[in-house]
Amino acid sequence: MTGQIIRPYGDTTGDGRVQLSFTLPIPFGTPAERARAEGAALQLAAKMGLAPAMVVHAKGMGPDFTFCIVYGRVSHLVDLSEVTVLEREFPLLSSAEVNLRIRSGLGRKLVVVGACIGTDAHTVGIDAILNVKGHSGEKGLEYYREIRVVNLGSQVDIGDLVARSKAEGADAVLVSQVVTQRDAHLSNSRKMADAFTAAGPGRPLLVVGGPRFDQGMAAELGVDRIFGKGTTPGEVASYLVHALTPARAPAATPSPNGNGPGSADLEGLNPDGPAADGPESADRVSAADVSAADVSAETSRAAQAAR
Amino acid sequence: MTMEAGGTVTRRLNLDPATVREARELARLAGQPIVELARTHTTVSVERAVLRLAGLEGADEDGLPWVNRLSDAVRESTGLEHGVALPAWDALLAGGYDSLAALARDAARGKVAFRIPTGADAYSARVAASGALQHGMARIDAQRAAREAMIAETAEPPRPWIYLIVATGDIYEDIPQAQAAAREGADIIAVIRSTGQSLLDYVPEGATREGFAGTYATQENFRLMRAALDETSRELGRYVRLTNYASGLCMPEIASLAGLERLDMMLNDCMYGIIFRDINPRRTFIDQRFSRQIHARAGIIINTGEDNYLTTADPVDAAHTVIVSQLMNEYFGKEAGLADGQLGLGHAFEIDPAVPDSFLLELAHAQLVRELFPDAPLKYMPPTKHMTGNVFAGYLLDAFFNLCGLMTDQSILLIGMMTEGIHTPFLSDRDLALENVRYVRDAAGKLGENFRPPPGGFIELRANEVLGEAVRLLRRIGAEGLLNAIADGTFGITRRPADGGRGLDGVIEQAGGYFNPAAELLDPPVLGDFDTERPADGDPRAAAPVETGARQ
Repeated sequence: MTGQIIRPYGDTTGDGRVQLSFTLPIPFGTPAERARAEGAALQLAAKMGLAPAMVVHAKGMGPDFTFCIVYGRVSHLVDLSEVTVLEREFPLLSSAEVNLRIRSGLGRKLVVVGACIGTDAHTVGIDAILNVKGHSGEKGLEYYREIRVVNLGSQVDIGDLVARSKAEGADAVLVSQVVTQRDAHLSNSRKMADAFTAAGPGRPLLVVGGPRFDQGMAAELGVDRIFGKGTTPGEVASYLVHALTPARAPAATPSPNGNGPGSADLEGLNPDGPAADGPESADRVSAADVSAADVSAETSRAAQAAR
Repeated sequence: MTMEAGGTVTRRLNLDPATVREARELARLAGQPIVELARTHTTVSVERAVLRLAGLEGADEDGLPWVNRLSDAVRESTGLEHGVALPAWDALLAGGYDSLAALARDAARGKVAFRIPTGADAYSARVAASGALQHGMARIDAQRAAREAMIAETAEPPRPWIYLIVATGDIYEDIPQAQAAAREGADIIAVIRSTGQSLLDYVPEGATREGFAGTYATQENFRLMRAALDETSRELGRYVRLTNYASGLCMPEIASLAGLERLDMMLNDCMYGIIFRDINPRRTFIDQRFSRQIHARAGIIINTGEDNYLTTADPVDAAHTVIVSQLMNEYFGKEAGLADGQLGLGHAFEIDPAVPDSFLLELAHAQLVRELFPDAPLKYMPPTKHMTGNVFAGYLLDAFFNLCGLMTDQSILLIGMMTEGIHTPFLSDRDLALENVRYVRDAAGKLGENFRPPPGGFIELRANEVLGEAVRLLRRIGAEGLLNAIADGTFGITRRPADGGRGLDGVIEQAGGYFNPAAELLDPPVLGDFDTERPADGDPRAAAPVETGARQ
């Protein structure tokens, strides 16, 4: 029987063996420093629930740091009955699967019109979703062969957005709202939904996104879907085909990449500044994990305070 | 390595010299109309760069730079068809202002009536503007000389140069990280820009401590980092280069600031902004030419962004688009006055490791680039697309990347991180990455000498196949025009029409009598003389133009 209670598997059922690596901000130079660093690593491992633990590798990195690799046995138990899985209403698809769904379901390109409306000049979010560059290692919607993207940019008038969406034959309208003073993001979204409704039948799918939206408010705002912080282009694309292409008998299998690493905070959505295109250009190292950037920003603020 | 030892590139592919010549000729033909466009147009950013080179710094209370305020005021009143210099220096002289900053303040308040001067007034304005720009160019020249002096005082690191990135968002955090990276072995430090800066139509001011996944490129940040790396270069006895990004809507201005503050390398691609940032193609090409003229003068090595195509298009199917773009970058770069030793053409190791013989394909592509551009300091980029989060497999892939780079004599290796795509590198990721490259270099650094792909073998055939495809694509581009080819989605699969994208409203056709005092100092024939007199710094091979000329 596969039990409800499990432990990690090293080489024997239930042995609980794991590996761990980390860096400590202490030197690893003299024999005394080395002994202290290894002791510190073991203390951390013990506090993390590794007992017994073994420092299999320790190395000085520069004058002030020690890198450690630790193996140990965790005492923790995992209760599978308590595991909760966040359910999406749609499966995550790879770009190839998205393209296929559009080809077979629509038989033409899916048209997406994107904009920042009202006074919002922060195109960071919409660009992170639409530009080829994308973010968090995922290419934006422009990358999808079967999606035609019309990015209207910032401070787009709602009337213009409605007119342009009609002219382009938009299947979906994506609107990013970063500025939230006096709940501008909410009132702008409502105004937009009203304008599309007033424009008559054939309203495109309305999707809004931004860091301060409550994702449960879609109906209240009159839009079809709200995406919050951390949304990747692949999620948006998967949602669009889910909502816009006729469902086929066997739903496409979820993409193994769907939950891949780096599904970071979308858009670096900080209301105070222009953000997130990921590292510029050629240097794509650690393509903009904005959540990590947030952390480092916090760290630096802390450091600033310390000065 | 062969390059350092003999200054020549080992030929391994038996490329047909006639095909190579044809490829270059086709690139020239495709590029000429674009150069003509750039020579007959200006942009708001080119004009602002003129003001920056004339020494106008600082920003108003809202952080909008004075160069923007002044050029906007001129544009509103007289337009920029004649350039910003004539009306600005005319007003400066007429109003008795003691500085451009004072003029900009009044102009921003609407207190200055600009005009296009004629006759003696025009002459006076030209002389004054030229004097100011000569002073700016002298500052750039002095920085170039200072770089040469620093290299003489410390030492030129052997190639390949190790390129590492810092990106905290806070310049005062970046500095110790950059210094630590240099001590750990980095020869080049790149400070990643805050995301979104490429789409700002102004350059932020001052030292900045908040950024997103990167740090704003500002003149003060440039200065602070260069000063810190000078200190570290002296400490290490090895010149540590500094890199930033002359891309986006402010490309010419950032290039100018880089020259003034002695940055050593700048990302500066002819098409990257168009393809990946949806910046208007005309704007990009005009800005690009001016920025490259500045880089040429400043002795800055440019890095091009062809590696990016391989992150969107398939690296095997689209291998030839990399070659085509490199040839275009080479043509545009040389036309703007860059020497071979300043052309850090980019490419990448991005083939899916599941593809059979992927390493052989990578070797073929990397060696092809090496032989096509024997004198260029090629920049080779590590895998990103197939870094899956399995850090153990990623570490192995990075080792193969390092091996390929060493076997094919690449000049600049951007060091891959096993945590690529997961988070900004941990201190330990960087240390492990350097351990990886050190091991490969020590264990197999001389493997290149023994690397002789057999004639008619897989590698030679593949390289020639890619070159053949590149020539065919260049013929097509020549027939339909580069702007149309870009509009058709030839590069990076994205379609970018010539009149689409951001920044087109900042493109201005030059009127008769257009005057740009910077361009007059930078354009040939001045540049032609300059080019032969001043080899690219940091490239001992470029110091001997005769040798370069004799090679082909």
